Amino acid sequence: MSGVLLIEQALNGLQFGLMLFLLAAGLTLVFGVMDMINLAHGSLYMVGAFLAAWLVGLTGSFVLSVLGAVALTGMFGMALEAGLLRTLYARDHLSQVLATFALILILNDGVKMVFGTDLPLSAPAALAGPVELFPGFQYPAYRLLILGVGLALAVALYLLVQKTRMGALVRAGASNRPMATAMGVNIRALFTLVFGIGAALCAVAGALLGPLLAVQVGMGENILILAFVVIVIGGIGSIRGALVGSILVGCIDTLGRTGLQQVFREFLPPQWASAAGPAIASVAVYVFMAAVLAFRPQGLFPARS
Amino acid sequence: MAARAPGANADRPDVPALKVGAGATAITATTHLDRTLAIVFVIAALALPFILDALGAGYYLSLASRIVIYAIAATSLNLVLGYAGLVSFGHAAFVGLGAYATGILVSEGVVGSGWHLLATVAVTGLAALTIGAISLRTRGVYFIMITLAFAQMLFYLANSVKGYGGDEGLNIKARSVLGFGAFAIDLKNPLALWYVAVAVLGASLLALARFGPSRLGRAVLVLRDDDVRAEALGFPTYRLKLLVFVVAGVLGGVAGALSVNLQGYVSPNVLHWTQSGTLMVMVILGGVATVWGGLVGAATLLLLQEVLAAYTEHWEFWTGWVLLAVVLFARQGLVGLLGSARRSVAERR
Repeated sequence: MSGVLLIEQALNGLQFGLMLFLLAAGLTLVFGVMDMINLAHGSLYMVGAFLAAWLVGLTGSFVLSVLGAVALTGMFGMALEAGLLRTLYARDHLSQVLATFALILILNDGVKMVFGTDLPLSAPAALAGPVELFPGFQYPAYRLLILGVGLALAVALYLLVQKTRMGALVRAGASNRPMATAMGVNIRALFTLVFGIGAALCAVAGALLGPLLAVQVGMGENILILAFVVIVIGGIGSIRGALVGSILVGCIDTLGRTGLQQVFREFLPPQWASAAGPAIASVAVYVFMAAVLAFRPQGLFPARS
Repeated sequence: MAARAPGANADRPDVPALKVGAGATAITATTHLDRTLAIVFVIAALALPFILDALGAGYYLSLASRIVIYAIAATSLNLVLGYAGLVSFGHAAFVGLGAYATGILVSEGVVGSGWHLLATVAVTGLAALTIGAISLRTRGVYFIMITLAFAQMLFYLANSVKGYGGDEGLNIKARSVLGFGAFAIDLKNPLALWYVAVAVLGASLLALARFGPSRLGRAVLVLRDDDVRAEALGFPTYRLKLLVFVVAGVLGGVAGALSVNLQGYVSPNVLHWTQSGTLMVMVILGGVATVWGGLVGAATLLLLQEVLAAYTEHWEFWTGWVLLAVVLFARQGLVGLLGSARRSVAERR
């Protein structure tokens, strides 16, 4: 593989990893602090993408639409948490699986009723072309935007969790919830807000990835499982772990898809090489997770003391 | 315990403690097969094709067969998830492997003499042994995730095997033929498939009912409720879990083999995580750790979809609401709900 292609794929991997992080951040906090398996987290990503695509149709402005979708999805997430998910925290994992699986069905079909099975969403025209990063290396401007937004949000979230009072309370909850509650932290109220932020981050990922992938019903289901893989690798409840895990998973997945294809092309017929590459890359992520679990069962950055 | 009302012990005051760190619960599981229900099951199984024929609704036999096949898969999952308390989120792996093992053999022209059954049992048993041996070293949430990971690996593998349909799936023209000579049963005949499927389901339910009160079953229930204590008491917990995992995997594989015979088609979608999720939903909906839970859950979910689909294009939406209502209001699944209704009627008398 040539150097230029390698850099391009590494950037793609980083970009996908950062978007995964936006999903994983909310998921890991819900899982880590509330001990709640939320299968419907991917549906928030879908809702965000559909809202953005719908708003673009209304307003014509990509930026406004993304901001609107983020705000609406955040509010929707808070309503969902306060109205339903909150009652599930005390229930066993099986009830949570059943309830959030039901939510997937409801949201998938609900979105289909309102918006149809898919909506067109394209990158803003100003960012459609490539940018020359250095002589001889061009990279799509829109992907660069995703990279920038992802990095900025990752830093902001890191500062929020590590440096603010709210972040300290959330970390206390992830480390030992009964103790945090006993010390007077109102975890419930705090958590409605945390869930809203998590939902808003899902919407950012959905809206930004929409033009690259496709805005369609069921788009959240595969990325949800990747987000679960990320938080298990990173350590449940740990934002830092989610960031490292996301970038690792994003790079393994993206580099595997193209890199392995190149390798296979050397000794396999082309139609096999193009099929085996993506398949093995998808499997590689899970093999990596199994290996991490075998050597560090608590993940790379365990949140619980 | 002799004067136990039928179905009374389906009403369990406690929910199985599957959450890591939750306190130990008493040993609970519906351990006996209600005799009346068993007789009803046998009569219904024998008579259903004729009843449907008489009503001129013979085409519903395929739906009934689908329910029975899903019930087998859900019952096998209930053994792992309910009785052994191992929340496997990758049960579709075994159903899918069974379907592919049979589908590939049939598409290669190997049709007769139960080779498929042997291959299905061998493939799913070996897979369950491997996946179980690795996954059972983890616990709680990590077990959920690692079983899911293995199923996803198989999903992507099936997508990439272009020789057997790849992501488009594999169509088979012939079907399995069980037995030989004059006793050969061709599963191409819908009636034959129905009777084989209900026989497998009936045998599974009977085995599950016998398993609960057996020494082995008691040991498994002990380790579900507190596996540290079970280990301290000298139970070989790891081997017990692995045994249950493998038996359930093989039974799931048999369900898969039957489903490919019913539909004549298998695609990677049978391995997708939402399929594992659907099986879990059936078990939880019906009743965790109950003999009838798998059947009740599968029948309820599939019939609900069928009925709703007749009225609205958006049946998923309404199915979701029904499931939510079950989570919020019927905490022990439908079998638990029926059990407590029966008991409250009995108490009022």
